[in-house]
Amino acid sequence: MDFDLRLPIGILFTAYGVILTAFGAITNGSDIYKKSLGDNINLQWGIVLLVFGSLMLGLAMRAKKSSDSKN
Amino acid sequence: MNTNAIHLTTLDYSILAIYIIVVIGIGFVLKRHMKSASDFLLSGGTIPVWVTGLAFLSANLGAQEVIGMAASGAKYGIMTSQFYWVGAIPAMLFLAVFMMPFYFGSRARSVPEYLALRFDEKTRGLNAAAFAVMTVASSGASLHALAALLHLLLGWNYNVSLIATSIVVLAYVLKGGLSSAIYTEVLQFFLIVLGFSPLVIIGLNDLGGWSGMVSKLNDPMFTHSWKYLDTTNNPMGVEWFAMVFGLGFVLSFGYWCTDFLVIQRAMAAKSMGDARRTPIIAALPKMLFPFIVIVPGMIALALMKSGSGYAIPNGVTGETDYNLVIPSLIAHYLPTGLLGLAMTALMASFMSGMAGNVTAFNTVWTYDIYQSYIASGKSDSHYMWMAKFATVAGIIISIGFAYVAKNVDNIMDFLQLVFGFVNAPVFATFLLGMFWKRATGHGAFFGLLCGTLAAVIFHGISTPMPLTPGESIPWIKGAWLGAHFTYTSSMAQNFWLAIVAWSVCFSMTIIISLATKRTRTDEELKGLVYSLTPQTKEADEPTWLRPGFLAVIVLAIAVILNIIFW
Repeated sequence: MDFDLRLPIGILFTAYGVILTAFGAITNGSDIYKKSLGDNINLQWGIVLLVFGSLMLGLAMRAKKSSDSKN
Repeated sequence: MNTNAIHLTTLDYSILAIYIIVVIGIGFVLKRHMKSASDFLLSGGTIPVWVTGLAFLSANLGAQEVIGMAASGAKYGIMTSQFYWVGAIPAMLFLAVFMMPFYFGSRARSVPEYLALRFDEKTRGLNAAAFAVMTVASSGASLHALAALLHLLLGWNYNVSLIATSIVVLAYVLKGGLSSAIYTEVLQFFLIVLGFSPLVIIGLNDLGGWSGMVSKLNDPMFTHSWKYLDTTNNPMGVEWFAMVFGLGFVLSFGYWCTDFLVIQRAMAAKSMGDARRTPIIAALPKMLFPFIVIVPGMIALALMKSGSGYAIPNGVTGETDYNLVIPSLIAHYLPTGLLGLAMTALMASFMSGMAGNVTAFNTVWTYDIYQSYIASGKSDSHYMWMAKFATVAGIIISIGFAYVAKNVDNIMDFLQLVFGFVNAPVFATFLLGMFWKRATGHGAFFGLLCGTLAAVIFHGISTPMPLTPGESIPWIKGAWLGAHFTYTSSMAQNFWLAIVAWSVCFSMTIIISLATKRTRTDEELKGLVYSLTPQTKEADEPTWLRPGFLAVIVLAIAVILNIIFW
């Protein structure tokens, strides 16, 4: 089957990463972070999700490239 | 917790919406691969091993598991990890090394079908019928729990939540079948890990790290898994023999080594080697899950004891409801944004729990009940149609069960009890089936019935200790034939029930087998019984990929974890 699950995983978490990082950057210093002990957890965790998501996307792309060149 | 205890913003709703779009999208992409009934029901051996491994783990990681483990973490502390490091891991490794060759190597498409090949039709029929009822009932219970939780936390309408969730699950399972369910389970695995980790990180930070949490809990019984098991004087009320033999052996092996819901994931792998590596790959993250699902319960308890103003909320009955540990921590620590991610993870695990049950149900229904007893010898497209029909029917019956669970008090406790009676002895049947060629069909069938009957009787004559002296024990907890055996907790009673049921099934199967004639010749049992099957060839695989070698490494790590949290 030519279905690579890393692609949807990559898309999902890259999207989440972008959204949370951007929202975290806009709301930096906001009162909503009193809950999370003053840490801008959206920004910090957004970056973690972005790294994970792009890693998965990268792996999926690389696999596709090497299977394309074989054919 | 009050209605609307959690307030979601547009941002949180978008995070949920993106997840739903992606899972339905996966279903549509997979649709073009669904050409035959076996593609739809069995995935035709096409799934890569890291995917089957993570799905094997996630199929068991429904929301009730996540919520229940956090609840136990708050009630019993790190001792709850016995369910992982003693319960799950050895059983998963045993499945990988010793049993998978017979499931994958025989021509069986399902666990009940293995029983048909090894024993006879009546043993298969018993197992298939019990399993079919069990899966739709669990799926209904999961659906009810989700709708009730969404109503409580977010103020969503119960009926709307229930129907909307069912439609999402139906949409992707009907399109992509088992493959859809498996791929979605892996997505859910990452969502749970990445959605709940921030909760643990912030919580531990708040308490001053692990040592801060331990000192605020201020009770050594909550931070040791073995040390207080020499007597029943510990939070669980269970001593080591019932723990190791009842939970670690009978219940865990019975679940991980015979339940088609999880084994179906391994059977979808590409090769025998991959099928055997599936439970091992699952075991690695499984060992670390206590830190994501049990530690939040301990954090909640420590936070409560430290006088921070946080309290585990009361449920509808007005008593502390430990099942609200996870939702209340989410509300306590996570701002909008991460809140949406954590709630999406929670909802995703409810939905994939339901999808897992429905995909196991449609396979057992189509192959083990419909094709075997109702209409055999039809065309593949006929069975494909039936598989899709069973998917829709499975979801509709689940909805029915959800409403029964909502409206009939104790019905789920009752079903749980009945499943317990059926499941407790079952591992004895498989163990003898796979490793003793003399076990016969009559032996297996009547042995299983005797084991189940023993479980029922044991329930009738045993009871957990009343919490206050003189308190009467409701019949659902036992003693309806008189309280002859009293246990310190329901858990201890349950573990001993499993031990009794298993032992009766094991000995009766041997006795009846010896008294009856063999119905299968040695030739017929080839590939089904250990002593009659040539050893799996592993010569073409490097040592570090062999299931036996990997299993030893995983077992060593599990032993180290047990020692660290002694």
